[in-house]
Amino acid sequence: MSFDLDTVGLMDYDQAIETFDPVMGLEVHVELGTATKMFCACPTDFGGEPNTHVCPVCLALPGAMPAVNRLAVEYAIKIGLALNCEIAEWCRFARKNYFYPDMPKNFQTSQYDEPIAFNGYLDVDVDGEIVRIEIERAHMEEDTGKSLHVGGATGRIHGAEYSLLDYNRAGVPLVEIVTKPIIGTKAAAPAVARAYVGALRDLLLSLGVSDVRMDQGSLRCDVNLSLTPAGNPVFGTRTETKNVNSLRSVERAARYEVTRQAAILAAGGTIKQETRHFEEQSGTTRAGRSKETAEDYRYFPEPDLVPIAPAREWVEELRATLPELPWIRRARLQADWGFTDPEMRDLLAAGGIDLVAETVAAGATPAEAKSWWSAYLGQKANAAGQSLTELPITPVQVAEVVALVNSGALNAKLARQVIDGVLAGEGDPAAVVAARGLAVVSDDSALQQAVDDALAAAPDVADRIRSGKVQAVGAVVGAVMKATRGQADAARVRELVFTTLGVDPEA
Amino acid sequence: MSSPSSSSASSSSTDLTRMTAADLATRIHSGEVSSVEVAQAHLDRIGAVDGDVHAFLHVSGESALSQAAAVDAARANGDTLGPLAGVPLALKDVLVQKGVPTTAGSKILEGWLPPYDATVTTKLIEAGIVILGKTNMDEFAMGSSTENSAYGPTRNPWDLDRIPGGSGGGSAAALAAFEAPLAIGTDTGGSIRQPASVTGTVGAKPTYGGVSRYGVIALASSLDQVGPCARTVLDTALLHEVIAGHDPRDSTSIPQPVPQVVAAVRRGQNEDLSGVRIGVVKQLHSDAYQSGVLSSFDQAVEKFTALGAEIVEVDCPHFEAALAAYYLILPSECSSNLARFDAMRYGLRVGDTGGASAEEVMMATRGAGFGPEVKRRIILGAYALSAGYYDAYYGSAQKVRTLIRQDFEKAYLAADVLISPASPVTAFPIGEKVNDPMAMYLNDLATIPGSLAGIPAMSVPSGLAADTGLPVGLQIMGPALGEEQMYRVAAAFEAAYVAEHGGVVADSAPALATAEVTR
Amino acid sequence: MSPSPPEDPAATGAPALTRADVAHLAYLTRLKLTDEELDTYVGQLSVILDSVAQVSQLATPDVVPTTHAVPLTNVYREDVVVPGLEHDAALAGAPAEQDGRFRVPQILGEGE
Repeated sequence: MSFDLDTVGLMDYDQAIETFDPVMGLEVHVELGTATKMFCACPTDFGGEPNTHVCPVCLALPGAMPAVNRLAVEYAIKIGLALNCEIAEWCRFARKNYFYPDMPKNFQTSQYDEPIAFNGYLDVDVDGEIVRIEIERAHMEEDTGKSLHVGGATGRIHGAEYSLLDYNRAGVPLVEIVTKPIIGTKAAAPAVARAYVGALRDLLLSLGVSDVRMDQGSLRCDVNLSLTPAGNPVFGTRTETKNVNSLRSVERAARYEVTRQAAILAAGGTIKQETRHFEEQSGTTRAGRSKETAEDYRYFPEPDLVPIAPAREWVEELRATLPELPWIRRARLQADWGFTDPEMRDLLAAGGIDLVAETVAAGATPAEAKSWWSAYLGQKANAAGQSLTELPITPVQVAEVVALVNSGALNAKLARQVIDGVLAGEGDPAAVVAARGLAVVSDDSALQQAVDDALAAAPDVADRIRSGKVQAVGAVVGAVMKATRGQADAARVRELVFTTLGVDPEA
Repeated sequence: MSSPSSSSASSSSTDLTRMTAADLATRIHSGEVSSVEVAQAHLDRIGAVDGDVHAFLHVSGESALSQAAAVDAARANGDTLGPLAGVPLALKDVLVQKGVPTTAGSKILEGWLPPYDATVTTKLIEAGIVILGKTNMDEFAMGSSTENSAYGPTRNPWDLDRIPGGSGGGSAAALAAFEAPLAIGTDTGGSIRQPASVTGTVGAKPTYGGVSRYGVIALASSLDQVGPCARTVLDTALLHEVIAGHDPRDSTSIPQPVPQVVAAVRRGQNEDLSGVRIGVVKQLHSDAYQSGVLSSFDQAVEKFTALGAEIVEVDCPHFEAALAAYYLILPSECSSNLARFDAMRYGLRVGDTGGASAEEVMMATRGAGFGPEVKRRIILGAYALSAGYYDAYYGSAQKVRTLIRQDFEKAYLAADVLISPASPVTAFPIGEKVNDPMAMYLNDLATIPGSLAGIPAMSVPSGLAADTGLPVGLQIMGPALGEEQMYRVAAAFEAAYVAEHGGVVADSAPALATAEVTR
Repeated sequence: MSPSPPEDPAATGAPALTRADVAHLAYLTRLKLTDEELDTYVGQLSVILDSVAQVSQLATPDVVPTTHAVPLTNVYREDVVVPGLEHDAALAGAPAEQDGRFRVPQILGEGE
């Protein structure tokens, strides 16, 4: 008996989660950022004219033979190491045999039971809680070409439908990263899926192995999801949702499948093991065309390639070149800076971690740096609809402003004006100070004149200060600041007022 | 295609076509004859006899003559010529040559013009070797008789009603019919050695990985190997040195220097074989072999004894399972290798009616474009690899392969080379075995163990069978990378044969009726 | 009949292949076969499978399979672009072409 949405609809998410536990498996395909393809020397550039990045190998012409790209293997090992995987001492490519027109050889050269990396994990921050995602394997394979469907009812050739094939992408190196089943995340499952793919994307970017552009397909995610009755350890039948091309879509696809499958199971139906496709517009998944016969990929070791046995020295060399992983670096910086978790999270969300780090490196204290980037510059970025990194100011410039404030050359108000000047393209802070004449008035004789004038203009206030009401000094200071258009150092003005009146404010 | 020359030229042409490649090279290099004359003589011979023999699927008359002219010009210019520069060659149609029709004997590739050269093709052209055309073969090299060619069988010049062996029957027949002094073959389970055996010519399968497979249309990737064919051991060795060597485009190519097989041949011609241990493989000498084949082989053993070699018997018990392992490994690999012929990017397309799906067109094209033996092996291979059967079939076959390698390793502790008949029978009548696949498979009984082990092996004529009067081949097998000792033994044997008979076996091949050439 | 291990489908004594098996394999390998061909192949392949089944008797667990006759490892190509085929050459063999792409009959399904 089969069920579809027309008959059973969707179950409310919260209700679904009360009744069922989601079990997820995430398969991420990442296109490696090598210059050439996995098995031939054609370029991997995205967006070339159709069939211009092809050769006998990636077109599968008779007689052509593959040759493994060393850098792709290196990248795969790096990915494995960064995911805390074991790196195979010896592994092979295998042929996965099935016919599909966008796959020129009609087999995919992939890795089957001997992946280059296996048994790892990735710790993922899901709303402040660390969730460990276990990695089953990361293996090397090759991408397919692209097909374009033409025709149909409005087609040019008597309504005939046909397809057009471009093999530029055929053979681009891929690493497929497969998680072990992710269980026990309950209602958070969709958020966990999103956080995992997001963390993986950050990781791959920091490794420099891919441009991880989900919009261009260089990072693609398949979401496998099944439901099991709450508390039941037996996994249910899973669906595999493909075509999930953004972090938001990962979350939506998982959420949708929970509600869809729950409704079917609650109505007494069974889930069909199938491939589904995520529809970006509606946020739903739809069944792919079902295959007439169960596939049998008839894997066997690729006889045109020899085994890969990465020398342990090479693996260790690669391990030594791994950049500090993003979350480890963040933990280290947080400890160094003494920020609270919410402060750190806000800064991360605003994309300000690197900016603060560079501002600190240029001489500011962490608090000063954070204050500028998350407060004043954060407002400026919001107002401009930009990210912090897009603001036309550098961490070094911010640090220069901080230094001017600390030296007494600027006060807070002037400092903001200097920042404004830098953002307006008026040059470095020093140039803005000079051009706008924003230096704090530090000449005591000029200040003394202004203090004398202010006291003379408000004799009653002077009397109250003399009589011990020291808080009245604020009015005089304000008058002096106004008279100097804000360019005076308020603390120095206060001192001068008390000295002039012969009052000891501490008495 | 060039037209035939006058009858006055044909007597000198006949002389040129009966020469060895080594002779021709010497005469071309000295200026005694031009490469163009040599090429023309062979094109004329092809025109005269190939209507009967059908060794060629395509004759590249114009490009052959222009290649030959370039060699003559280079010689006139004082350029250094390679050892075989200017000598013609027949190229098996399984190697791609840019712009020249390449079909692998299949309808599915009819009319396809490769846009690139195989590494071996490039090496031949760079060596100044003149490529006369592409030779007939069993479709995708599957067969032992060339009857599986989609373009009709090749006939054995020794008896036109008989098969020339296969899959490289075209290359072997071209040599035996004096249409070319050199040919390229490929050997997966015996496709160089068995045709050489039944046509009285020489053919060598190098160590696996010794010659690049890049641009060789794959049958079984872990077994396929390109090799040289000729009428004499020296010519074979000269060609071997041209085509061998590491190729980065073939990842299974061995990073080793080219074996010095020409020097080894000279040594074999000039020295006896004292100190050389020759192993007779017990399992390759049985009642599965024709009596005329066995008696010729036994005489060869006597000849080796006379040459001073030490004869030992070696036991290779797992050879009994070699044929079984081979007919699982080969179909498995070929079922995958031949998947690319799908009507999408090149080659035949059948059933594209406008309403048909890509899948339907693939099925129709492959159903119509492949012959029965190809389809049989694709299905067998898919079965051997399928879930649930992999371990029993493909997996087990790969283990048997290990056992056979170990048999060889043990044998080579006792012997420097191993010998056997190259083929269990002499050339059989066309049509005799076409409907009995198992009977056909038995033709490779003696050659398959060496293929599975990847060792070098060659067939050298041992004479004519007493019972059929047809050529018999002697198989000489060396250890991996042992080409030099293999060629030395072959050359010594051939020299002894020539001393006794006044010429190599191919010299006594029938002259063939020459047609009034009208092509 | 000698007893055979259960994991040895080749030695069960049952016919090695049924007509349905061959039809399924023909579909997997995209071969359109006539009924006549199917009948012929069922018979021929069964005979061949009977003859090759002996390999599983020799393949004891301690034997390491040989996939490559000459053992090599770590054969790599450096990541340097080499020009491939000219666009025209790439498409020259195409049964049909349109807009610089290979034109093929409609593709149903979504592949992998």
